[in-house]
Amino acid sequence: MSDFGKIDRLGVVVSGSLTEGIHVKLDSAASVEDRAVGQYVTISGEKKRFFGMVTDIGLESSDPRLMLNPPDTSDPLMAEAIRGIGVYGTLKVLPLLAIGAGATGLAGPQPVKTVPSHFSVVREASQSDVETVFGKEDKDRFWVGSPLDMETKICLDLPEFVKRSNGVFGKSGTGKTFLTRILLSGMLQSDAAVSLVFDMHSEYGWEGTGEGSFRPKGLKQLFASKVAVFALDEENARRRKVNADHFVRIGYEEVEPEDIQILRSALNLTDASVQAVYMLARKFGRRWLSSVMEMRDGEEARKLVEELNIHEGTYRNLRRGLEVLRRFPFLVPNAANDSVKAALDFLYKGVNVVLEFGRYTDITAYILVANLLSRRIYGQYRERTERAMSGDAPKPKPLVLTIEEAHRFLNPEVSGNTIFGTIAREMRKYNVTLLVVDQRPSGIDEEVMSQLGTKICCLLDNEKDVDAVLSGVSGRNELRSVLSKLETKQQALIFGHAVPVPVVLRTREYGPKFYDELNPSKGQASSGADRIEELWG
Amino acid sequence: MEIMYPMLRHERLYCLNKLGEVVGASTATFVGQCYELHHPPSLGSLVKASDGEIDVFGLVSSAETHSIEEGRRPVARGLAESDDDIFRAHPQLTRLLCTDFTAIVVGHRSQGAVLQYLPPRPARIHSFIYGCQQTEVHELSSSPGFLRMVVTDQSPWLDEVISACLRQFSDAHPDPETFLVAGARELGILLGGDFHRLGNIMRRVRGK
Repeated sequence: MSDFGKIDRLGVVVSGSLTEGIHVKLDSAASVEDRAVGQYVTISGEKKRFFGMVTDIGLESSDPRLMLNPPDTSDPLMAEAIRGIGVYGTLKVLPLLAIGAGATGLAGPQPVKTVPSHFSVVREASQSDVETVFGKEDKDRFWVGSPLDMETKICLDLPEFVKRSNGVFGKSGTGKTFLTRILLSGMLQSDAAVSLVFDMHSEYGWEGTGEGSFRPKGLKQLFASKVAVFALDEENARRRKVNADHFVRIGYEEVEPEDIQILRSALNLTDASVQAVYMLARKFGRRWLSSVMEMRDGEEARKLVEELNIHEGTYRNLRRGLEVLRRFPFLVPNAANDSVKAALDFLYKGVNVVLEFGRYTDITAYILVANLLSRRIYGQYRERTERAMSGDAPKPKPLVLTIEEAHRFLNPEVSGNTIFGTIAREMRKYNVTLLVVDQRPSGIDEEVMSQLGTKICCLLDNEKDVDAVLSGVSGRNELRSVLSKLETKQQALIFGHAVPVPVVLRTREYGPKFYDELNPSKGQASSGADRIEELWG
Repeated sequence: MEIMYPMLRHERLYCLNKLGEVVGASTATFVGQCYELHHPPSLGSLVKASDGEIDVFGLVSSAETHSIEEGRRPVARGLAESDDDIFRAHPQLTRLLCTDFTAIVVGHRSQGAVLQYLPPRPARIHSFIYGCQQTEVHELSSSPGFLRMVVTDQSPWLDEVISACLRQFSDAHPDPETFLVAGARELGILLGGDFHRLGNIMRRVRGK
């Protein structure tokens, strides 16, 4: 596409600083109403070109009298004459990169360490400028969207992306789920990582819910041979005609005291009850839960309470809490199949696993299952990675655990106890990272937030949430204004490790066009023989 | 001596476009005397004083008809049918009165090029003054820089001169509106941000 017409001069640099951004006076021909925060501009300095983002737009006048006594601008001639001279628009530009830093001899965009000189000309960034910065779409770079007012493809470097834990944030209804589907599709297509998705609302594996009559396809429908659907709720899966690969059952002996600890508030347990769980686990070992569940109130229970020196009230509180677990049909005294092994088998083969929760959208079930499975899978993965380090086994593919409602696992109270807290902190050492999807980032432990590599934010308007997402990011005040002005749908701000500069984008549409572009020959259309080959090698 | 009737003389001069002669000149202005009584070039129009080498362009900023003898005022000539009758009855009057006009120098032509700055020397006394063709107006006002020399003039009715000038000059441009916008923007800067004054000027340009 031609760049002509996109290299329009916008104005000149008049003041500013590296930390606070550069002030640009708009030319009279450049209407302030055509500008938007988040747009990219290039600044032609004397020695190098700068790439920056518009973070604020303002109106100024050269004479205060004009504001006190505005001239008659009913004649367009006068309006035109005053614009740009008496009154003018200003842009605040955050310099992000320096392109063509001739003096240093380094090719490609470099981090910016200075500002352009006075009266440097500011232009709208052209398609090729944006391509220079973000790179072209290829096997590793996955197209996620386009900048505002541009058709250039913004691509995420997926191998870089999965090296660290990442977050997708945004208010409810801003398109987090669609965005996550796009990211997961990218990982599937590029084979950059395998993912285990804890699909609380059954939206990723099979058909999800869209606005109106649109039913977005699930990953299984797009990449049949690369996705296995695990279901927790057999009945729901059958009703929805989901071709589940495995029905998850969890045995009582798989539940550990740590699992109960993070469910403390969900099960309405006291601190003493949680302590009692540890005591019971010490006494009964792995079978502690079934032992307590099977125990009838009366003499037997009284003896146990006395022996372990547990207060009777505490015991009753614990029993009430554990009764909640009994109501989950997937939690059985003796699980016949080993769901963890089944999941690992798929993951080791490079097949992504989506665990659908069906009707169990209750947060207790979600936390319990996600934490329990992740802990064991992480343990195995870690072991395998350690073996790979010593050269005994091939290095497993990076594993991305996708969790929704992440603040429930990663809030400061429990993040120390959940496996997700550990994964977020230990990061990529063991090739396991998180893709955190959440609508309340302020609820997530600061320490965990600071470890997230790339953050993708849809609209957030709660001050605390915005603060949490932007903590520790350079130019946060500037990004804050960008973030709060995003549209409610299909717009996101991406910043962090996988993109060279923060970028506001119109996300790719998840629909029939997207399905086609993903190269369906690899997915649905693949023959049964191919599938068997891919599955069993 | 040949007697020239006003109409006949006017027609002849029109063909030559010769309006008069320079009778006073300084670096920034020149004064021309019209060949024809009561027929100065219009306020704000472009004229040029040519000495064969340099054409000095001037913007007509004022005009005056007065007695050729200083201190001798014209006297009323009584009731007549029309003022033409008075001149017919007193033909000497055309010789005793004269019409002068002042022009602000806004540029010059030297070696074929039109330049929007002051000429190296003032117009020569008795050099002829011609009205300018539309092509010359277009050439001189191709950029609004000529206004810079106009606004430095101290004339109390300068705003009228500027508005008359813009009104007339705009006719010489294929897109008068674009010319006016450029002129108004230049004036906005030259008048030091006095947009109320600019507004008054532009209202007169529009004929309001």
